Amino acid sequence: MTTVIEVQNISKNFKIHHERNQSLKERLLHPRSGSTEIFPALSDISFKVSSNETVGILGHNGSGKSTLLKCICGVLQPTSGQIRLRGNLAALLELGAGFQTELSGRDNVFLYGAMLGLSKKNVEAIFDDIVAFSEIEQFIDTQVKFYSSGMYVRLAFAVAVNVDPDILVVDEVLAVGDERFQAKCIDRIRTFQEEGRSILLVTHQADQVRALCDRAIVLDGGLMVANGPVQESLRIFREHLLEDAAELDRTGARAEISIDSVTTPSGSFDVKSGSGIHFDVNLTSHGAYSGNFMMELFTRSGLLVSRSDAQGSPVNLKPGPNSVGVDLAQIPLLDGVYDVNVGIVDHHGTVMAWREQAASIQVSYNGREGGIVELGASITQQ
Amino acid sequence: MSNASSAGVHRRSLDDAPVRVVSARANLRTRLRNLWSRRELLTSLIFSDIRIKYKNSALGIFWSMLSPALTLGIYDLVFSVITKNGYPDFALYLFSGLVVWNMFQNAVNMATGVIVDRAGLVKKVSFPREILALANVGAAVVYFVIQLGVLVLFMLALGRSPAWGFIWILPISFITLYLLTASVAIVMSAVTVYLRDMKHLMEVLLQLWFWLSPVVYSYQHTIAQRLHAHGLTWMYFLNPITPIIITFQRIFYVKTNVVSTNVGHPMLNILPQWTMSTFFYMNISLLAIMVVIFLLALTLFGRLEGNFESEL
Repeated sequence: MTTVIEVQNISKNFKIHHERNQSLKERLLHPRSGSTEIFPALSDISFKVSSNETVGILGHNGSGKSTLLKCICGVLQPTSGQIRLRGNLAALLELGAGFQTELSGRDNVFLYGAMLGLSKKNVEAIFDDIVAFSEIEQFIDTQVKFYSSGMYVRLAFAVAVNVDPDILVVDEVLAVGDERFQAKCIDRIRTFQEEGRSILLVTHQADQVRALCDRAIVLDGGLMVANGPVQESLRIFREHLLEDAAELDRTGARAEISIDSVTTPSGSFDVKSGSGIHFDVNLTSHGAYSGNFMMELFTRSGLLVSRSDAQGSPVNLKPGPNSVGVDLAQIPLLDGVYDVNVGIVDHHGTVMAWREQAASIQVSYNGREGGIVELGASITQQ
Repeated sequence: MSNASSAGVHRRSLDDAPVRVVSARANLRTRLRNLWSRRELLTSLIFSDIRIKYKNSALGIFWSMLSPALTLGIYDLVFSVITKNGYPDFALYLFSGLVVWNMFQNAVNMATGVIVDRAGLVKKVSFPREILALANVGAAVVYFVIQLGVLVLFMLALGRSPAWGFIWILPISFITLYLLTASVAIVMSAVTVYLRDMKHLMEVLLQLWFWLSPVVYSYQHTIAQRLHAHGLTWMYFLNPITPIIITFQRIFYVKTNVVSTNVGHPMLNILPQWTMSTFFYMNISLLAIMVVIFLLALTLFGRLEGNFESEL
């Protein structure tokens, strides 16, 4: 295992101008007017990424994840610290930022390739793959300004993933394109994983991290608050989201409800497939609140099995300890461990309390079906 | 491209792959090495810039000749025909200086706003930013070469030949011109990010600079004696483009003493009667200075580039 990305004590400060004096006249007449404030976007971040690893970087807006990514790509210089990169890196930041709209798709492929550090000969070698992946053969000699936005993004993505990068950096670009193209992109990322390349995936979608990553890093306010297994990092990510939400909360409800434990009457979370389970969620509330109870069930590989709520009838919490009962009458799941997340959401849909991996259910199954759910299929010849 | 085989090659090559370092400040040697390693990007940018400029025009790159030709025609009309300066083949004299000036002016004009104009690219894609300014200089070099070709045709038409003995100084002089142009272009492209007025200021400064350079008038004939009398010759030669222009004029216009075309036909001392070694030492020392200035320009650019992101 080779370390391909080594981030060493990176900090980045931005200067915020409260009054922008960018004209010479303004600067000469009012040299001291307008104040500048130093804003620390990243503080002392260190981590390593090995080859063969897919690492997710999670953080809500303004957490510094894009800044970190730009530093890694070399678009931004860090204020202090350094990043050591081994092998070539392709970034899917803003796709097509390097395109010249006046030039044809063909010319742009060569120009963009040169920007990503490829020689003309290298681009020629992969040119056909790029065009095939982008699915715009017909329009490759048309000026890019006549492209639809979808064609534009597809061509840019095709160049970036075909340059044979050792490190691929993906920044929320998977949100673009139609569903079929998105699936194609995810597919390409999986191929990269199988080929042992490193991928850095920046997102605020927990589901994507669960589905693709081996490890996750969580940023909050420019600080690295987690760097570890996906489940653990996601838990910390959710908690930080809650804390931030609490700061914005005028009623103060979020700070006042805590989910203490999840228990079963028997104390065991083992269940036979097809039978039911009842568990109690124990909460402490510091006031009277009403909200919607929510529960999520995940497989260990991060697939959402089910999300359910109290179906419109709110739970009313009284000050002090409370208990909410959850009855799963019949679990049609197959063998495996399933994680339960529980939480309370107010009527606007914002989370008041949340507990990631509050319990884990062990399901045992001795039938013949494979997968995660028992459909009870019966096969007859007619 | 089979995935299995490319993956195999891929894993093997990574252990001894070069390590790239992103840090607060890259030293000059790293900067030069980065620039050199991206020379293919530079050529792509130069030719894509030129192609974009003349993309949808029928006459294409010939437009790049029209403006210099018009300038040449107007100055020839004003100074030779109307005010009768008496310089024989004045158009050739003008042309030899204008090729130098046009390259400098073209490059600096284009490069001054280039980083602001391409902000989208600068904020999203990683490459040595000075390449944007250098691509403008490169495009100016292409126009320069075309104009030089026209100059040669012009000389053939007039039946004139260059000063063959001096022609080996031309490459030295050209490299000096390149470094001077590149230094100004690089610095201006970065400064404009912080002071947007620079674009307008530069247009004015370039006009002033033009008249401080002996393109449309003869340094030797018009002002050399007056400057000498006041001991100000050194000040005139602080303008680094002046020795380059005089070298080009010496090579392409050739004659130092000419017979005036005006009434009475007096002798005119139009170019300095310096020896070949004077020209050589002047150019080689200017080249040495320009190498230092170019490195300083790169260093200054490196200092300014750190905050591009927050200023753009």
